[in-house]
Amino acid sequence: MFAEIGHFALILALLTAIAQGLLPMLGAVRGDTALMAFGRTAAQWQAVLIGIAFIALMACFARADFSVALVAEHAALSQPLPYRLAATWGNHEGSMVLWVLILALFGAGIGRFGGNLRPSLQARVLSVQAMIGVAFLAFSLFTSNPFARLSPAPADGAELNPLLQDPGLVFHPPLLYLGYVGFSVTFSFAVAALLEGRADAAWARWMRPWVLAAWIPLTCGIALGSFWAYYELGWGGWWFWDPVENASLMPWLLGTALLHSAIVTEKRQALAGWTILLAILAFSLSLIGTFLVRSGILTSVHAFAVDPARGVFILAMIIGSTGTALALFAWRAPLLKSGALFSGVSREAGLTLNNLFLMAVTAVVFLGTFYPVIMEAVSTDKISVGPPYYNLVFVPLSVPLLLLVTVGPLLAWKRDSVATVAAKLKWPALLVTGVFAALLLALGFGKALAAFGFALGFWLILGGIMVLARRWQGASGLSLRLVRTTPAAVIGMALAHAGLGVTLCGVTAMSGFAESKILVMRPGDTVQLGAMAVTLNGAGEMQGPNYQAVQARFSVTQAGLLGGSTRDLTSERRFYPVSRNQTTEAGIGTGLLGNSYIAIGDSQNGGIVVRLYHHPLVGWIWFGALMMAMGGAASLADRRFRIGAPTRLPARLLVGLVPAE
Amino acid sequence: MNRILFIAPIIAFMALVAIFGIGLTKDPKELPSQLIDRPLPAFALPAIEAGGGFANTAFTGEPALLNIFASWCAACPQEHPVLTRISAEGFAVYGIAWKDKPQDSRDWIARFGNPYKLIAADESGRTAIDLGVTGVPESFITDKHGRVRFKQIGPISPEVWEGTIKPLMLKLRAEA
Repeated sequence: MFAEIGHFALILALLTAIAQGLLPMLGAVRGDTALMAFGRTAAQWQAVLIGIAFIALMACFARADFSVALVAEHAALSQPLPYRLAATWGNHEGSMVLWVLILALFGAGIGRFGGNLRPSLQARVLSVQAMIGVAFLAFSLFTSNPFARLSPAPADGAELNPLLQDPGLVFHPPLLYLGYVGFSVTFSFAVAALLEGRADAAWARWMRPWVLAAWIPLTCGIALGSFWAYYELGWGGWWFWDPVENASLMPWLLGTALLHSAIVTEKRQALAGWTILLAILAFSLSLIGTFLVRSGILTSVHAFAVDPARGVFILAMIIGSTGTALALFAWRAPLLKSGALFSGVSREAGLTLNNLFLMAVTAVVFLGTFYPVIMEAVSTDKISVGPPYYNLVFVPLSVPLLLLVTVGPLLAWKRDSVATVAAKLKWPALLVTGVFAALLLALGFGKALAAFGFALGFWLILGGIMVLARRWQGASGLSLRLVRTTPAAVIGMALAHAGLGVTLCGVTAMSGFAESKILVMRPGDTVQLGAMAVTLNGAGEMQGPNYQAVQARFSVTQAGLLGGSTRDLTSERRFYPVSRNQTTEAGIGTGLLGNSYIAIGDSQNGGIVVRLYHHPLVGWIWFGALMMAMGGAASLADRRFRIGAPTRLPARLLVGLVPAE
Repeated sequence: MNRILFIAPIIAFMALVAIFGIGLTKDPKELPSQLIDRPLPAFALPAIEAGGGFANTAFTGEPALLNIFASWCAACPQEHPVLTRISAEGFAVYGIAWKDKPQDSRDWIARFGNPYKLIAADESGRTAIDLGVTGVPESFITDKHGRVRFKQIGPISPEVWEGTIKPLMLKLRAEA
């Protein structure tokens, strides 16, 4: 019953989306307000209908209705209820429903909260959004129907991949989808602007909150995925340059570029064409990311559905959306009014440079990800591109970009001079050079790269602090009034830039100072790894709700400046009998300065294979990402996005007003 | 000049689509084995019951089929009749029970019958790692010199046996 309700709601949503894709656009062309208003209503109805379908599917999982093929394939009675619910989106068909749900929710958001948009622009945005919806709903209904029945219904189902039975993975896909799909809104805005032939400051200001709304969850999603890989895959790596990881990183990089170029378009009306191109590309890369995962064109650990038929459908969708948008761009973008000019040393120039570097870095990741596909298309070799390539190319390109992050916010809009900037940067640069020199002496010249990494991280954190310090500094020292009136967006920028520095410190420490040891341990054995002494207290078998496990108990003593501290860690190896899968649950002792990480392997002549790691500052990687996300959230909360786009501020407020970031 | 800059994205995009299109026509499941045309990695495994197991050196003299199976594997009973047939047609079939308790393997063989010339136990899964086994069942075809010539991932169906593996083994038999 629930399955039929859901299926029917999904079909109705498709019909609604078709109407929403055509009528508001027609209304915008003809200037018919009734048709334009229809878009707002339809967008909200579409969200409601897909919401019903999603809840119906979830109900099928909750009730363990194995007559629904999807439930039978991905849920088992022995599975705890939360994971059975999470299985709703832990598979290809269900995740597509989640995808269209988020798409429709964003559409409804534009319909509901886009009251201050130009009606013709809003109508076009909603139409484009609905056209994407039509494609994905058709994809879901015709190639991967989640509600297909199974007859006869089995008594119990197969299980969700146990690797995915983890709180981190319950939230990882929805967050990523919020990001991917969020870029559909900026895509719609870009296409609508091309159709209207207008990409002005107001347009950029309307679009920017949506860029942030996509960028924040994407940041969190990537960080969560990396964190999950760290504690669940049992080898303590946090980034693998896996095609699927790259698929999420590329939209993030372009989204970051878009975030910055939209500022230029908003403040100075410049770079409009570039901003539009970035908006198109960010969403296209999200689509390509989906294509990559679902088509089997690249094999990866994460891939859900390896089905060339679906790949063809998604490829057609990419051609339809990106192809049309880029064609439109080639035709209409040259006609856009170009904005104000700026000099070679100015905030605009800095942001342009930032964009070029981000674009180059994205291109590097793109090439690395797709090189196997390209090679396979022209020859018969199956090859893959590994971390050495990325270390060689990604790192050198990132360094100038990161150096620039601290310089950018100090530049004045429109025109600045090298001398002014140099004066502002003199003390911070000296300080950071001093830190670098001190680190070099402390760590030794063999670790020069690591010292440089830490110094660069410090440079970024200092940059974040400087943004706030300069803003808060009145004529007579720290001014409370200035602290109070600092726009949320400025705080957001400071937080995000400093967060990047924190992440960089974590990455540097992990690359330069991580230690590991693999050995066979018997109960009672003690092993020394760096400043850490690990004792195996005992090992035994235990029974979980839907798994059996071998559990080993360790105590870890960490020597520190203030005396040692001891803590107990347990590490497990789980075996899930239903799906015949094994997972590792590493024992992780977290700390501000680093983690101790213990994973166990097979038993061997009375002992157990133990892998010990010490991961310095590893938590900083994700904490920095969290800071970036919080920075984005602060920026999103900025008042200027809520008060529409005033054409002129009252003169009284203009005194001493610095442009908000 | 400026105009070309605006057209460049669509041109680059079309080239990419062409490459993806070609990529889609390839079968992603065809994973080539690193071992093709190389000798089997060195191993010496105990039998699942008292008596001789076998080592990689057993694979010389005649072409053979090395089958990786397990009593807990769901697809193995499906493949079992085909292995029985291969053995009945006079080809050497060796079995490695992967990550399986010897008692379980013995029970499984007692239940389904024994198509294998010899069965060895790889309880720790070490040898399977050297072989690059990704799951069970998997089979390797070796030539007279003990070199791997073909790898089958998943169960051998009657069609695969008739169409691919049998002709290959006959050819290997004829080879010098």
